[in-house]
Amino acid sequence: MLTISDYVKAKTLEEAYELNQARNSRVMGGMMWMRLGNGKVRTVIDLSELGLDQIEETENVIKIGAMCTLRQIEQCEALKEMYGDGIAEAVRHIVGVQFRNQATVGGSIYGRFGFSDVLTAFLALDTFVELYNSGIIRLSEFVNRKPDKDILLSIIVRKSKRQFRYESVRRTKTDFPVIACSVVTGMVHGKETWYFSVGARPMKAALIEKQWEIPKDSPEEVIAEYAYQAAAEFNYGTNMRGSAGYRQHLAEVLIRREMSSILAEER
Amino acid sequence: MEIQFILNKKQVSVEVGPDAVLLDVLRDLGCKSVKCGCETTNCGLCTVWIDGKSRLSCSVLAASAAGHEVTTMEGVEKEAARFGEFLAAEGAEQCGFCSPGFIMNVLAMFRELTDPTVEEIKEYLAGNLCRCTGYMGQLRAIQKYMASQKGENGMAAEKTPAEEARV
Repeated sequence: MLTISDYVKAKTLEEAYELNQARNSRVMGGMMWMRLGNGKVRTVIDLSELGLDQIEETENVIKIGAMCTLRQIEQCEALKEMYGDGIAEAVRHIVGVQFRNQATVGGSIYGRFGFSDVLTAFLALDTFVELYNSGIIRLSEFVNRKPDKDILLSIIVRKSKRQFRYESVRRTKTDFPVIACSVVTGMVHGKETWYFSVGARPMKAALIEKQWEIPKDSPEEVIAEYAYQAAAEFNYGTNMRGSAGYRQHLAEVLIRREMSSILAEER
Repeated sequence: MEIQFILNKKQVSVEVGPDAVLLDVLRDLGCKSVKCGCETTNCGLCTVWIDGKSRLSCSVLAASAAGHEVTTMEGVEKEAARFGEFLAAEGAEQCGFCSPGFIMNVLAMFRELTDPTVEEIKEYLAGNLCRCTGYMGQLRAIQKYMASQKGENGMAAEKTPAEEARV
């Protein structure tokens, strides 16, 4: 059970950051996962009145406030226009509408949870995080940082012409994923580049990048070979939802389907 | 700490602990329709609306509800009863324990989606678990309710199951 001695709705970011420096302070997102844990929290810091619940689109970026809900990104037109239905696909299986009206993007990314669909999806895109103290850093760097006392302010996706696909396997609807795979491709510095992000392995999502020039009309066996290579570069673990071998097999299948779908669209 | 919020259109002021969850506070305020079914943020039974959006009151810190508008089934009683008649007519329930949270999310869906397809309905309600039916009765009730509402708007009002029975 989680006990909290003090609840503070921060008035400014400075106040939130200062309060969070105490060893047993914690910033709350949607309170979905934190509430299920055990522990004594001295001060819980609520960021809900700091204007971090907006999605802003500029010419170059889509900036998602850390307190935006998963439902907001599911319904975000700007993300849909850039990356198709993939972003909505990444979150729509998460529990239910009520849950997604409450769970925050910041909570999911900051937590760097092994089961996070949100992390898996954004990791494959050209994504940065904005931190109160450390400034703007790549999500791929943030993912491997140890949780500290900084505060996550926003997720920034740099807009670029990219194809995006997302797929996951669940034992039953609304459950945690057994595996989650995101494939992104686009031209980077003049070269065709593929990004593969695999989460729920069951470890947190990891990213690999490949400069592969794959002909649009490649037969399925050729695509399968690429998918095999990509899936084999991740490590997998075993838990109650599936074995490491099963997960790797699933990842290979999902990656192949996603690559096929992207290549078919480009034909 | 003392917090104030709007509960079913009435301003309320209540003393809450820093770790009190909204679910318990609402029950103490007399809204017994709000129940805890799973303890793992999964079942949808504790669904209430905060500022018009369906939320899981078991995971909302009561303190964070200060200044917001909370609606429970007690606040939409007539509409809930009308839809409840359709549920009953389809034999959609056995124990009825999950109904309040389910009804709140169904009514939220009617406000958010226009003419949802079966797939859209299923997806919207995926976070509402029922352990004693197969969901088919609920689905029929929703479709019949939607048809009756449409009829009303189109001036050819269909009768509720109870009105039908009286004829």
